[in-house]
Amino acid sequence: MELLSFGDTGWGDELLRATFMTILVAIAAFTFGFFISSLIVPLKLSKSKVLNFIGNTYTTIFRGVPELLVIYLLFFGGSSAVMFVAKIFGYKDFIEINAFLTGSVSIGLISGAYTTEVLRGAINSINQGQFDGAKSLGLKKSTYYVFVIAPQVLRLSLPNLSNVWQLTLKDTALISVTGLVEIMRQSYIASGATRNPLLFYCFAAFLYLILTTISLKYFNKLEKKYNFYT
Amino acid sequence: MKPILDNLPDIIKSAILTIELTVISILIGLLIGFIFALMRISKIKFLFYLSYYYSFVFRGTPLFVQIFIIYFGLAQLEFIRESILWIVLKKPYWCAIIAFALNTGAYTSEIFRSGFEKIDKNLLEAANSLGLNKFKTFLVITLPIGIKRSIPAYGNEMILMLKGTSLASTVTLLDLTGTAKYIISTHFNPVEVFVFVGSIYLFFTFLIHTFVKYLEKKFRYY
Repeated sequence: MELLSFGDTGWGDELLRATFMTILVAIAAFTFGFFISSLIVPLKLSKSKVLNFIGNTYTTIFRGVPELLVIYLLFFGGSSAVMFVAKIFGYKDFIEINAFLTGSVSIGLISGAYTTEVLRGAINSINQGQFDGAKSLGLKKSTYYVFVIAPQVLRLSLPNLSNVWQLTLKDTALISVTGLVEIMRQSYIASGATRNPLLFYCFAAFLYLILTTISLKYFNKLEKKYNFYT
Repeated sequence: MKPILDNLPDIIKSAILTIELTVISILIGLLIGFIFALMRISKIKFLFYLSYYYSFVFRGTPLFVQIFIIYFGLAQLEFIRESILWIVLKKPYWCAIIAFALNTGAYTSEIFRSGFEKIDKNLLEAANSLGLNKFKTFLVITLPIGIKRSIPAYGNEMILMLKGTSLASTVTLLDLTGTAKYIISTHFNPVEVFVFVGSIYLFFTFLIHTFVKYLEKKFRYY
C-alpha cells in the first residue's frame, strides 16, 4: 500500500497525474474523431460515387487495421510527413511531434471511423418526413441539417457514441508505446522501478475501470435526459 | 518495396502467427462466452454475479492492461512460479492467448446473453403449453434463436479480436504488428509497411466478414 501513497515514497501522485493525462488524451482523441466524422459523414451520404468511395475507404481502413499499427505509422512517419510539408515552405530544421499529438491524432482517426458509422446510421434512421417537412418550409440544406437533423441525430446516437467513447478511452492505453506518460506508461515505469508489476498493473486496471464506470453512468444520465419522445 | 520483399518470409510467418492467435483465442473465447452467458441467465445468484463481474471487469479495462497483468504480473507470484501453471504462464504465446480468450469471452458472453434474453415471450409460452420442460424449451427455442440472432454482433467481435491480437507484439511475440514494427524501426519506411501490413489485416477482416455473411444467410430461415 505504501507504494501507492502520495509523496516521495509512493507513486500515488504520479499515477493521479497519469490518470488526468489519460482523460485528456481520450477527450482530445474523441473530439478530433468527432470533428473528422462530421467531415466524412457527408461524403458517405452524398450521391457522388467518388465521395462515397473516399468515405468508405476511410472507415474501412481505420476500423479494420489494428490500433497499434496506426500508432506506429504516425509515431514513425508523423514527423517526417510534417517535415516534408515544412520543407515545401522552406523550413529545413528537424521537427519533432510530441507524443500527445501523435497519440490523440492516431486514436482520433480510429475513433472518428467508428463515430462516422454511428452518425451515418442515426441519420439513416431518421424519418423521411423530417427531411420533407424541413424542405417544405423552404429551409436551405445547410440550415435544416444543423437545426432539424443534427439535434435528433445526436440524441439517437447517444448510446452508440457512449460505446465509441469507451472504446476510445481503452485505446488510449496503447499510446503508451510512444512514451506518453499516461496510466499504462506510468504503471510500466513504476513496476520497473519497484519490481512489483502485479500491484501496479492491477491498480492501472482499477483506474481504467473507474473511468469507464463513471463515464458509462454519465452517458446513461444523458440518455435519460434526452430520451423524451419514446 | 525492397525491405518488405527481403522480409517477406518473416511477414508470412508472422501472418500465420496472427491467424493462429486469432483462431485459438476465438474458439476458447466462444466456449467461455457461452458458459458465462448461461450463468448470466441462470437463477442462481452466485453464478449470475460471477458472470456479471467477470464481464464488467474484462470489458471495462483495456486488453493491453490484461495482457500485462497476465504476462508480467502473475510471474511475480512465488506460488505460481512453483506450480504447474508456470509451464504455460512463462510462455508469452500462452499468456497472450489466455488474455485474448478471457477478453473476447467477456464480450461474447454479453452478445449471447442479449440474444438469449430477447426471445419472444409468446414462443416461450407456446413451448410451455406444449408441455416442454424448461430445459427442453431452452434447447429447442432459446438456444437456436439466440445464437442465430447473435451472429452479426459476434462477427464484429471476431474482427475486434483480430485487431486485438496485435497486442501480442507487446509481449515479445512477433505477430504481424510486431514484424511491422521491426521492419519500420530498421528500415524507417512507415508508410510502405503500413500499407502492406494493413492490407493483410484488411484481407483477414474481409475473410471474417464474408464468413459471417455466409453464416447469416445459411441460418436465415424465417
